[in-house]
Amino acid sequence: MPNTETSGGGATLHPLHAILLAFPLALFSAGLISDIAYLRTAVIQWSNFSAWLITGALVFGGLVLAWGVIAAVFPRRSSRRRALAFLAAVAVMWLAGLINAFQHSHDGWPSVGALGLTLSILSSLFALIAAAIGYSSPSARGIVR
Amino acid sequence: MSARWIIVAAAALTLQACGRSDPGLDQTGAGKPPLPGQQETLLPPMKIATPKGWDGKTPTVPKGFSITPLATDLKIPRQMLVLPNGDILVAEGSGGTESKLRPKDFIAGYIKAKGKTKVKGGNRITLLRDADGDGKAELKTVLVGGLNAPYGLAFVDGTLYVADQDALLKFPFQPGQTKITANPQTVTDLPSQINHHWTKSLAASADGAKLYVGIGSNSNIGERGLDVEQDRAQVWEIDRLTGAHRVLASGVRNPTALAIEPQTKALWLVANERDELGPQLVPDYLTSVRDGGFYGWPYSYWGQNVDPRVRPQDPRKVGKALVPDYALGSHVAALGVSFASLGGFGGAFAQGAFVGEHGSWNRQDLSGYKVVWIPFAGGRPNGKPVDFVTGFLDGQHARGRPVGVAFDPAKRILLIADDLSNTVWRVAQAQ
Repeated sequence: MPNTETSGGGATLHPLHAILLAFPLALFSAGLISDIAYLRTAVIQWSNFSAWLITGALVFGGLVLAWGVIAAVFPRRSSRRRALAFLAAVAVMWLAGLINAFQHSHDGWPSVGALGLTLSILSSLFALIAAAIGYSSPSARGIVR
Repeated sequence: MSARWIIVAAAALTLQACGRSDPGLDQTGAGKPPLPGQQETLLPPMKIATPKGWDGKTPTVPKGFSITPLATDLKIPRQMLVLPNGDILVAEGSGGTESKLRPKDFIAGYIKAKGKTKVKGGNRITLLRDADGDGKAELKTVLVGGLNAPYGLAFVDGTLYVADQDALLKFPFQPGQTKITANPQTVTDLPSQINHHWTKSLAASADGAKLYVGIGSNSNIGERGLDVEQDRAQVWEIDRLTGAHRVLASGVRNPTALAIEPQTKALWLVANERDELGPQLVPDYLTSVRDGGFYGWPYSYWGQNVDPRVRPQDPRKVGKALVPDYALGSHVAALGVSFASLGGFGGAFAQGAFVGEHGSWNRQDLSGYKVVWIPFAGGRPNGKPVDFVTGFLDGQHARGRPVGVAFDPAKRILLIADDLSNTVWRVAQAQ
């Protein structure tokens, strides 16, 4: 276990936490792409893909979120402010994804529609933001504890 | 920021509570029923009446009638046929071979299973005989087994026709027979890919020359893709002797029962309409079947009301969509229809149709779970539906769920298949 109190060059996230975040980052983005494919083709299988991708993103995203809550309460690897910023991004990502999972359970066109697409964009965007915070190291970004 | 989103999410999740029914809205009868606006909530309104035994109780019948369990311990009884000698055939089984495509399919399957019997479908036809007329079948025997989710039954000219979920079969058969050992012959194969709505309803024309088969859609509104809806949501007219068929009517989402109106000899059906547009959309219906008629599914409902969920849309087909004759109410899940013939029960129940309403999941105020009477005059519906057999619900639990109904004019009894308590009920006029 590295001494996080003094290793200012370490990343914000524990390696395992970072690996877990990779799943929603990839799955929400893939869901966004298959949403776009559905809206362009009306081929329902794209919407089915999106539903599974979002579900998978929620499962892993839920673990990321839970870990993020613990990290914000007991900040060890980075400042509390940074941990909270990460948590907020993951929370938005996950909640938008949760609503989107329900949205994608609709039949036919509204399984995606304007709301589903918006939520997919939101989840993907906030997964990216969470990754940008989580994968950078505080010192490299000039943030001083 | 996250707090605000939590509030948004919580508000969105409680949206399902907005899917409330207006208790004053009467969506039954001839003419256009009131159709509220489409409500697509994040979660559809849901309510499953979980099973509860009869515990010696029976359904409720009008004054002057009595009801008895003619037979119990069946294996998912669905449709019935009364033979010329008074014997009763009961098709038992449960079909469908659809795979689960989405996360939703797993959850919906689990929820719906909570309202069903745990008994496995019999895939057989049971013969019931109550020769002494005491309301209890003294003979209950398997007429033929090894079937594939049999549903529709018809008897014409020494031949028993059985609509399995994948084929229309025929057996040489004489009333009085209690066992069929002959192998079936296939009259024609029936569309059976996926079989989301697997039931194949069956009726013979009045002259016996034609057989009609109702084939349900492969989805709620085309969410498995429209290519799998080829040959679905149709009523076929099949030449009884050659097996050749043509499409008599299309756009009927799920034609769950067919019957010939005795005065006009016209073909009528009951159909189950689409889900997830709100608790009071779309009303199930009873209608005469117009030759060549298109009844809207999936593009529109109750005539030209477009369903925006279906893509690509088809305005040309919407323009041709017929309005059904008679509304039964939303999500009542009509699964049985039988006309009173030869004077019916007399009085208020002389001319008309009995409709078995199974009840469904897509509204929080339970609807259906009863058998209604629809008065007819001159071969057309003439008045509001009247509750005929009720008491299938006990609070939020279901003791039974009516499926097929069969009126026997010779004995003046009504039979009701109940696929939750696996019973066939017999309603007779009290002595």
